[in-house]
Amino acid sequence: MALTVVLPSQLRELAGGRGTIELGAHPDTVGGALEELRHEYPAIYDRILTERHEIRPHVNLFVGRNDIRWSGGLETPVPEGSELVVIPSVSGG
Amino acid sequence: MPAEPKGVEGRAGDVVLAVGTTKGAFLFHAGGDRSAWTVDGPHFPGEEVYAVAFDQRRGAPVLWAAPGSPFFGTTLRRSDDLGVTWSNGDERAVKFPEGSELALQRIWQIRPGRADDPDSMYLGVEPSCVFESRDGGASWSPVDGFLTHEHRPYWTPGAGGLCLHTILPDPAGPDRMVVAFSTGGVYRTDDGGRSWRPRNVGVRAEFLPDKHPEFGQCVHKVVHHPARPERLFLQNHWGLYRSDDWGEQWHDIANGVPSDFGFAMAIHPTDPDTVFIVPLESDQFRCTPDARLRVYRTRDAGASWHALERGLPQHGAYETVLRDALETDEAAPAGVYFGTRSGKVFVSADDGDSWSLVTEGLPPVLCVKAAVLA
Repeated sequence: MALTVVLPSQLRELAGGRGTIELGAHPDTVGGALEELRHEYPAIYDRILTERHEIRPHVNLFVGRNDIRWSGGLETPVPEGSELVVIPSVSGG
Repeated sequence: MPAEPKGVEGRAGDVVLAVGTTKGAFLFHAGGDRSAWTVDGPHFPGEEVYAVAFDQRRGAPVLWAAPGSPFFGTTLRRSDDLGVTWSNGDERAVKFPEGSELALQRIWQIRPGRADDPDSMYLGVEPSCVFESRDGGASWSPVDGFLTHEHRPYWTPGAGGLCLHTILPDPAGPDRMVVAFSTGGVYRTDDGGRSWRPRNVGVRAEFLPDKHPEFGQCVHKVVHHPARPERLFLQNHWGLYRSDDWGEQWHDIANGVPSDFGFAMAIHPTDPDTVFIVPLESDQFRCTPDARLRVYRTRDAGASWHALERGLPQHGAYETVLRDALETDEAAPAGVYFGTRSGKVFVSADDGDSWSLVTEGLPPVLCVKAAVLA
């Protein structure tokens, strides 16, 4: 089964206006999913991670309802049927 | 939702202003007399736009902007129809290379290269670096001699970040270029970017124990005129200076200004002796002195400065003009333009002698660039 990535409105332009994209592979972890995203959707990858391959400080990734910061970071498992959700922080002025 | 921007349909001789703000970019358009302005925008709503540029070296105007999302990073966008459409920024062409341990924070300056080399372009970015394009902006790479400079570990950010905000190519040839950044100061290459040396002799660093270090000055802006490129004018974090020899020596020219603190500086389009600044009271109180909004102009290369205040508010004006928010056009008499952190844009169509308010209520203005359409 493909892995679904749920995009915020700011990134949908890069996915042809869609709010979700399906990755062709289903890696076991968030790190693997991001590598697959880099391969399939490099522009979206670039918005989520810097060129140092670090998640941007005001971008949050959730597997289901769990923030990966508190569930293993890039090693967080991505179970079958789950979604990787991209959510910008509620920060800024 | 903000208004849908439509872009500008300009004719030869019209003037277009591109105004970058903390929440998007706006385009102002007027006929050659610069008396009646329309506004279009915001382009890139919600994104900070620290750098915009016009490039007419091939005739048709190309408009560049560097919108930056606080969440998803900075992109470089191009419009060939004055904002009707923009390149979509799908590919982030401006990146530090693997192994540099650096990540792009902001693009602070977009600088077309020499007139006789219309494919050359430069970017000044944060963290401080110069990027170069040799194909008209399609691809970019950092200038290696600057990226790997031995001083890099010692450069420290000012309040705005470690920003490279000034790029001055030598119009005579590709070897020489001056750049300036905060903090670090002025650096110059004489060999096409392979090596860079600090050029800060005479420039004070009031905030350091050693007031005259080799580098580390907080230079806010440097300008020059293409007809006399070796003569540089510098607005420092405390200090106004001129160099007549590409930065070998700097001389204090703060003669008759209410404060030598400020950010913005612009050169007259045809007179190399005429420069405009907007002094601010101090680094502790970064507002126009005495609550009066005054542009200062020298017509004798800094020997004297005179206040320009006709049409500008002279009571209760606690204004700030940032380093790239003061600009001139190439018309005669020259248009002079600036935007404030309070969201006002002022225009002069007579070399700065008199001013009018074009708009207020914009988000804080970060940069202003002007073009007389070819």
